Amino acid sequence: MNIVETPLGAQAREPKTDAAAPLLEVVDLHTEFVTARGIVRAVEGVSFTVRRGEVVAIVGESGSGKSVTALSIMRLLPRQSARIPKGRIVFDGRSLLDLDDEQMRKLRGRDISMIFQEPMTSLNPILTIGLQITEPLKIHLGMTDAQAQARAVELLGLVGIPDPEGRLEQYPHQFSGGMRQRVMIAIGLACNPKLIIADEPTTALDVTIQAQILELMKNLSRKLNIALIIITHNLGVVARYADRVIVLYAARVAEQGSADAVFHRPRHPYSMGLLRSVPRLDRPRGAKLETIEGLPPNLVDGSSGCRFAPRCPYRIAVCDQEPPLSPTDTGGFSRCHRHAEIATGKITWAAAEGKAEITAATSAEPLLSVRNLSKYFPVGGGWRRDRVVRAVEDVSFDIFPGETLGLVGESGCGKTTVGRLILHLETPTKGSIRLAGIDLASATAADLKTMRRKVQVIFQDPYSSLNPRMTVGQIVGEPLHVYRIVPGAQQAEARVAELLENVGLRREMAERYPHQLSGGQRQRVGIARALAMEPSFIVCDEAVSALDVSIQGQIINLLEELQRKYGLAYLFIAHDLAVVRHISLRVVVMYFGRIMEVADRDTLYREPLHPYTKVLLDAAPVPDPTIEKGREPRLIKGELPSHLAPPAGCVFNTRCPIASQECREVVPPLEQKKPGHYAACIKV
Amino acid sequence: MTIALPAVPAPRSREPNLLLDFSRQQPLGAVSFVIICAMMFAGVFSNLVAPYDPLTIDFASILGAPSWEHWCGTDAYGRDICSRLIFGSRTALVIGFTSSFVGSTLGAVLGVASAYFGGKIDDWIQRFVDILLAFPLIVLALVVVAALRKFVVGGVDVNLIFAIAIPIIPRVARVVRAAALSVRVMPYVDAARAAGYTDTRIIFRHMAPNVVAPYLIMLTAFIAQAILAEASLSFLGLGVAEPTAAWGLMLSGNAADFYREAPWMILFPGAAISLAVFAFNLFGDSLRDYLDPRFRM
Repeated sequence: MNIVETPLGAQAREPKTDAAAPLLEVVDLHTEFVTARGIVRAVEGVSFTVRRGEVVAIVGESGSGKSVTALSIMRLLPRQSARIPKGRIVFDGRSLLDLDDEQMRKLRGRDISMIFQEPMTSLNPILTIGLQITEPLKIHLGMTDAQAQARAVELLGLVGIPDPEGRLEQYPHQFSGGMRQRVMIAIGLACNPKLIIADEPTTALDVTIQAQILELMKNLSRKLNIALIIITHNLGVVARYADRVIVLYAARVAEQGSADAVFHRPRHPYSMGLLRSVPRLDRPRGAKLETIEGLPPNLVDGSSGCRFAPRCPYRIAVCDQEPPLSPTDTGGFSRCHRHAEIATGKITWAAAEGKAEITAATSAEPLLSVRNLSKYFPVGGGWRRDRVVRAVEDVSFDIFPGETLGLVGESGCGKTTVGRLILHLETPTKGSIRLAGIDLASATAADLKTMRRKVQVIFQDPYSSLNPRMTVGQIVGEPLHVYRIVPGAQQAEARVAELLENVGLRREMAERYPHQLSGGQRQRVGIARALAMEPSFIVCDEAVSALDVSIQGQIINLLEELQRKYGLAYLFIAHDLAVVRHISLRVVVMYFGRIMEVADRDTLYREPLHPYTKVLLDAAPVPDPTIEKGREPRLIKGELPSHLAPPAGCVFNTRCPIASQECREVVPPLEQKKPGHYAACIKV
Repeated sequence: MTIALPAVPAPRSREPNLLLDFSRQQPLGAVSFVIICAMMFAGVFSNLVAPYDPLTIDFASILGAPSWEHWCGTDAYGRDICSRLIFGSRTALVIGFTSSFVGSTLGAVLGVASAYFGGKIDDWIQRFVDILLAFPLIVLALVVVAALRKFVVGGVDVNLIFAIAIPIIPRVARVVRAAALSVRVMPYVDAARAAGYTDTRIIFRHMAPNVVAPYLIMLTAFIAQAILAEASLSFLGLGVAEPTAAWGLMLSGNAADFYREAPWMILFPGAAISLAVFAFNLFGDSLRDYLDPRFRM
């Protein structure tokens, strides 16, 4: 499993270009923000080119300057605080930084269009879809109403929206997330732009929908010869769709080159580390995730020297000086003094220490046992309380002490509701939850209180899971006071310090407020808060999905380390299949409120039985361009059915490739198909 | 094996002098604080500060223009307006501030509780709020004053305070509930519930501090309303009665009949009310920013 591999079928795919001048040329771009804390240099000396019809991916962690680069090209930066002191952006022969506002306005939407991350908020909720698509056509191309209408229908058809005429009159809330993103793409395409900038276009979407949208964008860019800049942090997406990759780190280009080169022969330690710190579906699970230690630098202090040096394991004396972006043997560029040494194979990312320490259940007696759990939410409000959404239906599973049970599924599948039911934040409609033999529903108040201590939670969003008005010390120390876990104030303080050190934070952090910490640090505080209760079981609800790749690895390792240390059991709820595989012992796959499949991690990923699991595994791109570009797109048709009109029979029958008439009639029970391998499908 | 983190600079230690820290971060707040302090000083030490007795009638100087003897002129009974303003600040503070504070605080607690519990409790509280909101502030205050027995403590009409506070409750409860609803769904509230904390603890420790911003804005905005309401009630003979010095009374009394000949009769009390309202609003804003750790450097 070595990153430095032999060159693979050299230049598998050169982008098709007109061999003319590049479409977009960004030269030495500097963008700064003036803030109360000083000047933040968000982009420093970024240069790259985009040719016609080419797909370029900009990858980097949050704060690396990828979105600011895009906004600089569009000149959509906030007027008061942002400025571009240096640099040149040439688009199609015109220097964008020299255009006046009116000329720039005419260019936006017409020659360059942008697709944003959040399809839920980037469409105006009070205007019809038709109006929003025809708007740029009328403004930029001076079309008449009838012409624009016709073009809008054509565009909606192009992005795969069924019945385009009928849907023009509808409002955004009548579309699903995936459909809205298709509408956004249709708006982006409306004026036949030469360049589309997509800022995290699929981050908010489910993996099966993500595959549909990206495939669509790629095909359209091919067909219409539109250049595409995809800004993302998902390396799998990059591997599958990008011709060229630009890796940003702390406002600067760390490395750029063809997708093959960057993935197979990275020439910058940061790219090497980044590629190794993602849990991957296509490789055997290692003992421990390799991570890039530390945090990205603060962009306010204009430090000299290589930006990555403080986190780089190959740092040498010369790294105190800023390395130039120099050409490498792979035809790309790297901002590393030692890229030639990396090329010769002298430097490889050190393998993670320790052999595979497999977490295992420590007892045959289940710690938590869930039986026939159902949760219905009333909808419609007011007088019509009879209609319900069946968020969770007939879910049963056990969790044993010391093990991690993964719970995967797309948004709306009920996985978070299951977590909330276990935490007793919601009351189940039907079914039972027994913790260490005590039924939660019939437990006395005193039992419930002890139980609450035993079951803790780590939330997804490290920004909203900590009370902004309390210091870290107060947050972590609160359970100690409330439950009198330690006798006095001094012991409490000492315990808080100990807890913080346990999760890799310094004890001085206790005095800080959450907003003064980074995302990863906040998540550590959340973990420390859960540990303060001395729990035996923690529900991790998407605990790492809001974090950057390199931080995600650190947190996963921390969770595993704590599990071994304290014998904790986890219910690990996530949508990222690779992460779930890495951390779980057994995996439950949910779809539309029901369990589809339960199996051992390795069995599930090696030989999934349920068609939904297969589809899910297929749709997830892996960070390897050779594998990704070699395989055919296997797309799942359709979208999640409406919760108000659930399908009869098997809930998956509307999208299932092997569904038959019987599937539309019978609800398949969850049966043991092989020892320890359960699936709810009549076809297997 | 723990994960090493790079060295981070220790956070700046807390300023020893809270007032100094506040003035440095919120200079405008400091200015308004000075005005409020001046008002309080004038209210508490009225007898020492005021140049004349506010109740002494002097027919020799009826409707006197501002002069060196009477800085703000005199009213229709020849009483010194400046002295009456100084004594009036006592009434304004006691009635205005207290009733606004009582009303806003009760309203905030009701609003947060309503949002936190939801369901039936929320429904009942909100319908009750709807009923109270159906009456104009002054009408509701009138009803309360008329319904309660007169109850005077230390020269202050407690009834009046409640009469003005009660109509404030539903208005604040509505706004605070809206803010609390968005706090209610924050994961940190779920985390507190998952930790098994009591409802009281969650409401006061986790939710209330996060709705302080709308609370402070409502509180300071209602001080102005309360001073005016007190004036209106006084005018109707249900609030502070003549000859007690009160700003509202000075505005609404016979000043209306003489404002052409003696504009100072309404000018100075009006300015005093405006200044007080302005100072409280500004102070509330600054306090909100100062108390929010996210705005702290």
